[in-house]
Amino acid sequence: MPAVFDAPGIDYHAFAPEIVLVTTLVLLLFVDLVFEERGRWASSTVAGIGLLAAVVPVLTLAVDGADRSLFAGAYAVDNFALVLKALFLVAGYVTVLISTDYVAEGDYYEGEYYFMLVSSLLGMTVMASARDLVSIFVALELLSIPAYLLAGWRKRDLRGNEASLKYYLLGVFASAVMLYGMSLVFGVSGSTLLSDVGEALSRGAESQPLITVGIVFIVVGFAFKVSAVPFHTWAPDTYQGAPTPITAFLSVASKAAGFVALVQLVFIGFLGREDVWAPMFWVLTALTMTVGNLIALRQTNVVRLLAYSSVAQAGFMLAPFAVAADIPADRGGVGAATGALVTYLLIYAGMNLGAFAVVMAVARRTRSAEIDAFRGLFGYAPALAVLMVIFVFALAGIPPLAGWYAKLVVFKTLLDAGSVAAVTLAVVAAVNSVIALFYYASVARAMVMESPADAGSGRVRVPASLGAALGICALATLAFGAFPGLIAELGDLALLGVLP
Amino acid sequence: MDGLDDIALTAAVFLPLVGAAAMMLTPREHDTGHKVIALLTTLVTLAVGVYLLVGFDYGRADVLQFDVNTSWIDVINSRYILGVDGISLPLLLLSMFVCVLVVIYSWNHFPEPHNPKAFLILILVLETGMNGTFVAQDLILFFVFFEVVLLPMYFMIGVWGGEQRQYAAIKFFLFTLFGSALMILSFLALFFQGGQTFAIADLVAVASDNIPRSSQLLIFGGLFMGFAIKVPMFPFHTWLPDAHTQAPTQGSVILAAILLKLGTYGFVRIAIPILPEAAMAWAPWIGGLAVIGIIYGALGCLAQSDMKRLIAFSSVAHMGYVMLGIATLTEFGINAAVFGMVAHGLITGMLFFVAGSVKDRFHTLELSRLGGLLLQSPRMGWILGFCAMASLGLPGLAGFWGEFPAILAAYNPAEGLSEVLFRTYMVVAAVGTVFAAGYLLWMFQRTAFGTPREEFAQARIPGMHWPEYVAWTPMLILIVVLGLFPGLLFGLTTDAVGGAVAALGGGS
Repeated sequence: MPAVFDAPGIDYHAFAPEIVLVTTLVLLLFVDLVFEERGRWASSTVAGIGLLAAVVPVLTLAVDGADRSLFAGAYAVDNFALVLKALFLVAGYVTVLISTDYVAEGDYYEGEYYFMLVSSLLGMTVMASARDLVSIFVALELLSIPAYLLAGWRKRDLRGNEASLKYYLLGVFASAVMLYGMSLVFGVSGSTLLSDVGEALSRGAESQPLITVGIVFIVVGFAFKVSAVPFHTWAPDTYQGAPTPITAFLSVASKAAGFVALVQLVFIGFLGREDVWAPMFWVLTALTMTVGNLIALRQTNVVRLLAYSSVAQAGFMLAPFAVAADIPADRGGVGAATGALVTYLLIYAGMNLGAFAVVMAVARRTRSAEIDAFRGLFGYAPALAVLMVIFVFALAGIPPLAGWYAKLVVFKTLLDAGSVAAVTLAVVAAVNSVIALFYYASVARAMVMESPADAGSGRVRVPASLGAALGICALATLAFGAFPGLIAELGDLALLGVLP
Repeated sequence: MDGLDDIALTAAVFLPLVGAAAMMLTPREHDTGHKVIALLTTLVTLAVGVYLLVGFDYGRADVLQFDVNTSWIDVINSRYILGVDGISLPLLLLSMFVCVLVVIYSWNHFPEPHNPKAFLILILVLETGMNGTFVAQDLILFFVFFEVVLLPMYFMIGVWGGEQRQYAAIKFFLFTLFGSALMILSFLALFFQGGQTFAIADLVAVASDNIPRSSQLLIFGGLFMGFAIKVPMFPFHTWLPDAHTQAPTQGSVILAAILLKLGTYGFVRIAIPILPEAAMAWAPWIGGLAVIGIIYGALGCLAQSDMKRLIAFSSVAHMGYVMLGIATLTEFGINAAVFGMVAHGLITGMLFFVAGSVKDRFHTLELSRLGGLLLQSPRMGWILGFCAMASLGLPGLAGFWGEFPAILAAYNPAEGLSEVLFRTYMVVAAVGTVFAAGYLLWMFQRTAFGTPREEFAQARIPGMHWPEYVAWTPMLILIVVLGLFPGLLFGLTTDAVGGAVAALGGGS
């Protein structure tokens, strides 16, 4: 008797964003194939439109409102997934905008570039829904491998090669560590489904060492991904060597994807085992924000400075994990921690992408990202200088620029938990936000308070698409700063639909 | 008129931003256009202030009026609550008033590197922050406005300042930010322990009952750091002399006249009414630091060789009186403190104006190089003398009513505070007034009396310009009027202060 294969029923609506992305991928290949060199500009247009088109089903799913669960719970479409998919797609769109002229003028492969970028984004949208160890791993590789390639896109540049190789080797190493951890966790729980894992782990006191090692390995693997100290060493070199739009993409979207995976793993799979992960996250948080900030103080290159700043910002994003278990259930429990993290990610995306967009605009004239190259920017390009001031002080968390609210929700989460460890962490974070101001202000100081390094200071020509990206980011940073309610609602909504 | 009342405060806060936006759209070359827009904006804002002053119900000065209460950030239950009472109103008007004068003064006094557009935009943004702080009745909203002033002031000092401007600017920024980081933690702690609300009025009602005493003390400590750095109280004052000395004249005036008041206002509006018990416990320390500040500031003045730095240290001393008044936790003392805030704002603001104009003419503020101002520019010399007199607390001028009642209040502090201790403070503070007379007269004597130094003997020192006349006359008039009729201000504040100290259980 032949084996009967029952194809699982597929909810095509739930899958629509991913389907649109795959269609875009196919179109990109097609464009690359059909149009000769002179038609390559079409790639960025197709990629941009494809990403925006993928937002449409996300919106219809959000309007529909129901939580959907596919493949026996391995793939979920809930508010959390939708908010993050939207974030990934919009961040991806902004990345396409800032890439357009950079890639076209740099004589790089255009078709392939956007193909890789959209592939990576596809991995991220899958990650937002993945509720199973296997699908998390698949999503992770899908988003990482194109990113390794993109990091080395400037292939005749030594730093570019270093960037790609470092990122690749450490990334693969992290994947291996994580995979080993997953195998241990699977061994204890007998299931790859996160909700089953969660139940098994909170019961499984008898295999404590195994569980501990498994959780530690998985968290360490993702600590590499989100560049948490002491697993951050790849980030500055990769950020500096990669093409700047990719740096922006890595520091925003890729990092967010790592946090998304952590939320799902920790708050579903490891819920109940906070005895293992809470102290670990506490140490990671304190180290990440402190070390990231202290090293950032010494940077003389804006891209490296933003790299270390993004390490330090990752510390703030880790903080909700450290205290999530202490938040009383009647105040939202881990949901409150998730909300804080999502809010932080959304706000951070706008301001960090914006900062990188300015770096790119300035580099068009100065061909350099050294802080010295920014000297006197206010004199010859006041609009860009004002935008950069907005972005860096938003990152520093100065009201009324959006960053303040991101910091506030993290502080709020910490004090909500209220334990001694949480309050200590809040004070550490507060001190860190003061340290951070110093280097963010140093960028502003160079731009506004110093005179240009060279006498010839023509205007900086900002291409339309880069200008559009700057506009989007600036608008988000200012609007969310003055009316944080807009973003707070999203953060508050973004709850995991399938909690054990 | 109801509709107007509803938007009056919002307009008072955000009109300057509208003006700033209009200036941003105006090309840089139109210097006069920028000046006119800035002046009109500040004038219209002041007109709103006058409307508030006229419409204010003086019989109910202890209640918030013109209040607005709409949703802002629902998720954290923070609301857009604005309102003025007898404590806020004078400070709000002071802020509006000083901003107009600063813009007028700027007419032909733009410091290097000029750029009136950017400079005036910063002043307008500052005004939004300051006005907002004085009317915000929600902690998060208060925090946002409290911080909005940082960036413009940072750039104002850092771009238009003196030689050490970058150092002074970042020092100012870091100090204040450190304080506000602890302050926001305290706000959040109040939120969680005080009943899940940020509304100041609600917190005043419930916080002291809900929060255990040990937490209250800690939370007050956080608030204290935030506000004390801003005031600034000894030993957190070290940013002030640098910031004042390096800032352009207009920056110094705004800093002295209004920004410092944000700190003392925070004590009166937030820290003390919400956490009266903790205030009791902290009051002896605050009072102690206040009198140390008085003496230290005075001694600091005597050691200065730079006129602007001297005035900056005198601010430390004067804010010491304000803080001493607050530390007594009596209605009398806090009334004196609010009066002191306004008086100090006018008088020290004027001193910085004059110092700026002296610097314009002599290109130095070294006391050892100045002299004979009365010969070379008699009017300015006499105005300086007048302000020095006002500042040392001469009866009949505004300074007296800030200083003298504060000292008097320390004789009889609130029930529960040590009388011996506060009477000691009183004696020390009284000695401080002697010092104050000393250093102010010394400064006046060295700059105004005698004959000009050799290097300036032949220099033609221009007399006062019309922007100086226009900008200074209203301030001088107010100093006299408030000095002769202190009831104008005390009448406004007394009821409101009574409400604020009601939580202390009877107060005086």
